[in-house]
Amino acid sequence: MDDQLKHLTGQVVKGTMTRREFVGRAAALGITAAVANSMLAAEARADAHATPVRGGSIKVGSSGGESTNSLDPALTASSVPLFNLRHLYETLVETRADGTIEPRMAESFEASADAKTWAFKVRKGIQFHNGKDMTPEDVLMTMQRHSDENSQSGALGIMRGIESMRVDGDNFIVELGVGNADLPYLMADYHLMIQPGGGVDNPGAGIGTGPYTLEVDEPGVRHGFTRNENYWDAENRGFTDYNEVLVLNDATARTAALQSGQVQMINRVDPKVASLLDRAPNLSVKSVSGRGHYVFIAHVDTAPFENNDLRLALKYAINREEMVDKILRGYGSVGNDFPINAAYPLFDESIEQREFSIEKAREHYEKSGHDGSPIVLRVADGAFAGAVDAASLYLETAKAAGIPLEIKREPNDGYWSEVWNKQPFCASYWGGRAVQDQMYSTAYLSTADWNDTRWKRPEFDAMLLEARAELDQTKRKAIYSQMGTMLRDEGGVILPMFNDFVDAVSNNIGGWKVDPNAELMNNKAPITCWVQDA
Amino acid sequence: MHPILKLIAQRLALGLLLLFAASILIFVGTSILPGDVAQSILGQSATPEALANLRRELGLNDPAVTRYFMWLGGVLQGDLGTALTNGRDIAESLGGRLKNTLFLAFWAAAISVPLAIFLGLLAVRYKDRIPDKLISAITLTTISIPEFMIGYILIYWVAIKWRLFPSVAIINDSMSLGEKLNAIAIPVMVLTLVVLAHMMRMTRAAILNVMQSAYIETAELKGLGMLKIIRKHAFPNAVAPIVNVVMLNLAYLVVGVVVVEVVFAYPGMGQYLVDHVSKRDVPVVQACGLIFAAVYIGLNLVADIVSILANPRLRHPK
Repeated sequence: MDDQLKHLTGQVVKGTMTRREFVGRAAALGITAAVANSMLAAEARADAHATPVRGGSIKVGSSGGESTNSLDPALTASSVPLFNLRHLYETLVETRADGTIEPRMAESFEASADAKTWAFKVRKGIQFHNGKDMTPEDVLMTMQRHSDENSQSGALGIMRGIESMRVDGDNFIVELGVGNADLPYLMADYHLMIQPGGGVDNPGAGIGTGPYTLEVDEPGVRHGFTRNENYWDAENRGFTDYNEVLVLNDATARTAALQSGQVQMINRVDPKVASLLDRAPNLSVKSVSGRGHYVFIAHVDTAPFENNDLRLALKYAINREEMVDKILRGYGSVGNDFPINAAYPLFDESIEQREFSIEKAREHYEKSGHDGSPIVLRVADGAFAGAVDAASLYLETAKAAGIPLEIKREPNDGYWSEVWNKQPFCASYWGGRAVQDQMYSTAYLSTADWNDTRWKRPEFDAMLLEARAELDQTKRKAIYSQMGTMLRDEGGVILPMFNDFVDAVSNNIGGWKVDPNAELMNNKAPITCWVQDA
Repeated sequence: MHPILKLIAQRLALGLLLLFAASILIFVGTSILPGDVAQSILGQSATPEALANLRRELGLNDPAVTRYFMWLGGVLQGDLGTALTNGRDIAESLGGRLKNTLFLAFWAAAISVPLAIFLGLLAVRYKDRIPDKLISAITLTTISIPEFMIGYILIYWVAIKWRLFPSVAIINDSMSLGEKLNAIAIPVMVLTLVVLAHMMRMTRAAILNVMQSAYIETAELKGLGMLKIIRKHAFPNAVAPIVNVVMLNLAYLVVGVVVVEVVFAYPGMGQYLVDHVSKRDVPVVQACGLIFAAVYIGLNLVADIVSILANPRLRHPK
């Protein structure tokens, strides 16, 4: 009963359950309303109202670190380097937990009426770790480095829509070819960390404006950071004296390190053990629903997937509830065959959820007139956690509907270069993006490099561009709703589930907040949390 | 020239040849794996132009043979080159990892080798009685359990339940020897349990073999104690096979412990190698491969020489 209560109170605090529901459910467990209410108050106090404590140190045990990592923001693609970036550098703006934009290196920003010209007023009086003042020129050079076609920046795709950039007094000005109301979200991309001189000379030096300075850099082992005493926003970030990010790629090693108190935060708790781990004393599992999703993707221009009835048959034949239950162990939510969920701004809740239906699957399959040859689905464990198991579940339900699905297991090694975006039907995942525009532009625009379903519809592209420049949010929402429905009914993406971020944190950590942007509070938990008993 | 010096010279020359062959194998092996370093660096987020840029920058457009000989030329001048993935000097980053690997292997060996030999002798002394059976049963059990499983079991009890030693064995230069030993305590236990049985059983078998000899019977008839017979008469004659199996296990402790490194997040060479294989970072893989091959060849050389020195018939050939 204790576990259940803990879970229930947690849900209220997270906002996924109302107070009334909580009292009702607690009553079902035999607890009076008065007691239930006081429990709730205690939990809320512990979570939100504590005052920051200075000192001590936080160690993060993180997966996704290799001895090949560097501190160059342009090359960052996995968890450990991301935690490093958050310690050392900052972006112009950041996405807040509620989906609004928080100015950081920019103190404010504004757009022209057509959303084509954006001015970011660069904050004054901020110094880099090397003592140099941060200037609008540094911002400009950073952005230029990432938009250089010769750069290896992961943000190159974002920078392509920018026509020109310049400095005007204290302002950094961006001119776009096509208006984009979401530009600040793009500027919040974690690759676009402001570096002195744009980081051109030595991109991996670790010199930024962040709340911590680099102390130890042993890629694949650990990264240590000491507090930047000269930090401009010391009231809100950088409470601990020293932080360390330990590379613990093995899931069991991570949970063991947390349980034995060697680290205070870990990411990617295996859903299979999450509920067991939550029972351990002195720590709690934090699951946050985000925008990441697991998918099976079919190329809509390749036989037999160019037939929409076959695609619909495949979409109806997948048992979403079962997948969330068995693959994610409940740490996730069902998908609806388009890559947007409630974690995105301007999401339309009214789009009807597609339900699992053997009958409809069979009906569409027969209508498609498929010749009965095997439909090969390629999977690898590396496609997403539990991908092979998910494919087996899919195989069973598809068989029941008479669809001749066949699973071909591929090696993890080379999966992203040889299978994904090459083979017509395979498993994959998406981490999600900050806004709908970015998600669709990355993977569903005709000209997108990663259009992994070969979804090329001029009318869809037109809607995307229209919504992008539209500053009226109601109109934008309507367009996005139309696009979502179109993808859901005709697209090549079969999206059974959105996965939660499942992290675990010691109970002596204060300042935890729910943030759907990325794991461990958008990777900012180590720089915004504090140690209660430091 | 003294026959033993000649033998060592021969073996060393052969070893170098083997190293050369191994480097070719490793190079070919990493080249035929699907994908290349540029793709691995950029991952899922690779765009065609980013790929082309990176390939050009890393010199991947040169033919494989050219790249191999450029690498070989560097190595012969003592330059292992820089890692393709993060541009770090390989010799420098590898040096630290190698030191850690040797540190762990040394302490595991320092405990397991004497312990295995002692247990082997004990098993012979109490042959077919309870101590013998108990020693065999326990060591054979621990060698049969996969090493990561032993690791997890020890972590659960020693690190989480009893809180005696840490579960994360990350060590660094600023730690004192005591702190380092504290950090690697559990991995050393795991490795000891993994290698114990092999050496113990070989010691037991080799000595039992000798124990059948006539001179042992003579010693017994002289009235010497059992342990003394084993120590003074049987053991020196059984040393060759024991040294061989000890060397094999030492080699394992240096080159084969990647699983243990992962479980304890130990910053050794195994993990370093695996990271770079998955990124197709050929120069690093080559360098690691060379070191691993050298360790294997070197330890086998030592085993051969020791068995020759231990055997008067080989020491003074006619």
